Amino acid sequence: MPDALLAENLCIGHDRRTVVSDLSFRLPLGESLALIGGNGSGKTTLLRTLAGLLPPLSGRLEILGDGPAVAAHQLAWLGQFQNTNPLLPLRARDVVRMAFFSERGLWGKIRADDEARIDEALAFFQADDFAKRPISELSGGQRQRVYLSYVLVRNAKIVLLDEPLSNLDAGGMELYNQAMEQMKARGSTIVVATHNLEDAATCDKALALGPQGWQFGTGGKILLEMPHHQHEGH
Amino acid sequence: MPLFQPFLDNQFLQLAFGSGALAAWACAVVGTYMVLRGLSFIGDALSHGVLPGIAGALLLGLPGLLGAAVGSAVMIGGITVIQRRTRLSGDTAIGLLFVGMLALGVVLVSRSRTFSGDLIKILFGEILAASPGDLALQGGALVVTGLLAWLLRRPFLLLCFSPEHAHVSGYSPKLFHVLMLSMIAATVIVSFQTVGTMLVFGLLIAPAATAALFARRMGTIMVTAGILGTIAVFIGLEVSYQGNLAAGASITLTSVVLFFLALPIKAWVEQRRTHA
Repeated sequence: MPDALLAENLCIGHDRRTVVSDLSFRLPLGESLALIGGNGSGKTTLLRTLAGLLPPLSGRLEILGDGPAVAAHQLAWLGQFQNTNPLLPLRARDVVRMAFFSERGLWGKIRADDEARIDEALAFFQADDFAKRPISELSGGQRQRVYLSYVLVRNAKIVLLDEPLSNLDAGGMELYNQAMEQMKARGSTIVVATHNLEDAATCDKALALGPQGWQFGTGGKILLEMPHHQHEGH
Repeated sequence: MPLFQPFLDNQFLQLAFGSGALAAWACAVVGTYMVLRGLSFIGDALSHGVLPGIAGALLLGLPGLLGAAVGSAVMIGGITVIQRRTRLSGDTAIGLLFVGMLALGVVLVSRSRTFSGDLIKILFGEILAASPGDLALQGGALVVTGLLAWLLRRPFLLLCFSPEHAHVSGYSPKLFHVLMLSMIAATVIVSFQTVGTMLVFGLLIAPAATAALFARRMGTIMVTAGILGTIAVFIGLEVSYQGNLAAGASITLTSVVLFFLALPIKAWVEQRRTHA
């Protein structure tokens, strides 16, 4: 069985500017990985490379045994959404419904049980109250709950999350933790970029990115061993 | 009814209305994407970028439609190349090709004195000279455009929402972007003979923008824009007939005026909603 993720001497960046170089790690299926590091350390660049949105600059990257471009539709990716086109005629529920556009293809019918799963996910994140409101009229935290419902419904083998806790209140964070448990229980591999060290500590593995290089290991251990992580931002 | 009498009495007005309405519905479909994705500038550029193609085709004695197709293909290809090879923004790429193609068109047209009349025809169309053959072509194009919009509604919606999400969902944003541009180009090409390249742009933007103020669903925006466009065609033709004014420009002007009439209505509706 192939690994979920395999990187060997991987260099990543954008516009030919290297952000992280010589990265090597292996993540088995079903495990979770926390990406930690300060602003500009390359967390988002790595997630975008894994999602197939940026090509690797050099080195080897395999996702589920394939190249990143091949695997794209097996992933769920939650970027740091900031801009929602206010003209776009989408209700919160319509956004979650788009999760099925990959699985059901161009013309496959979105079935009654799919619709039920959409409602369940929205109810899980306590987003059912505003499910019928235009997405552009929701607050940042409400929107994040909608996007997390999208990820939950997507049922992807690999889940890539960029700062998923942003804008969430305490209740939202608790629901997020439960959702992560649910996705892990059904065998999803999760990669999460986070500034929240508590969130990072719950992951099986951690990859710390920093100006001195990178370090990969067991979640809690890495957090203790990366003294420069605390210095960042100074 | 006196309002409809000119249309009942004159076959050319019936054909003009048919042609205008078909253009309005095709423009409603692709214009909705343009308004929602902020593609107005590229639409404007496409509608003018076809000019050298048409002029070149007329010089060579070829059908104008063929020239328009070549012109828009050069336009889309050129913009794509500039965007991939340089760090310049899409805006700049579009602007460069837009002004270059327009200038080339005028240069080509200026080669021959007899073409100055043709230049006016290309820019403003000859809706009052629409023939049943024009209508058949427009009808066919409308069916194809509508069908494509329906069949590709999922990738197109994803593209409007976020090209990155389209990619991660397995739909190439580049492919569907080019398809969308091709649909806009096809609408411009088919409509230019009657509505004119300058005025087709009005029908692309104004009704969809007006509809987007109110509607909450993609399909509703398209249908509302189609109805508004058809109303603009009717009023424009009526005004032009009664007042002996330029037909194509009257239609476009009406569709823009409808947008500005809709603005206070939108404000009133919102006020009522917040008080409710």
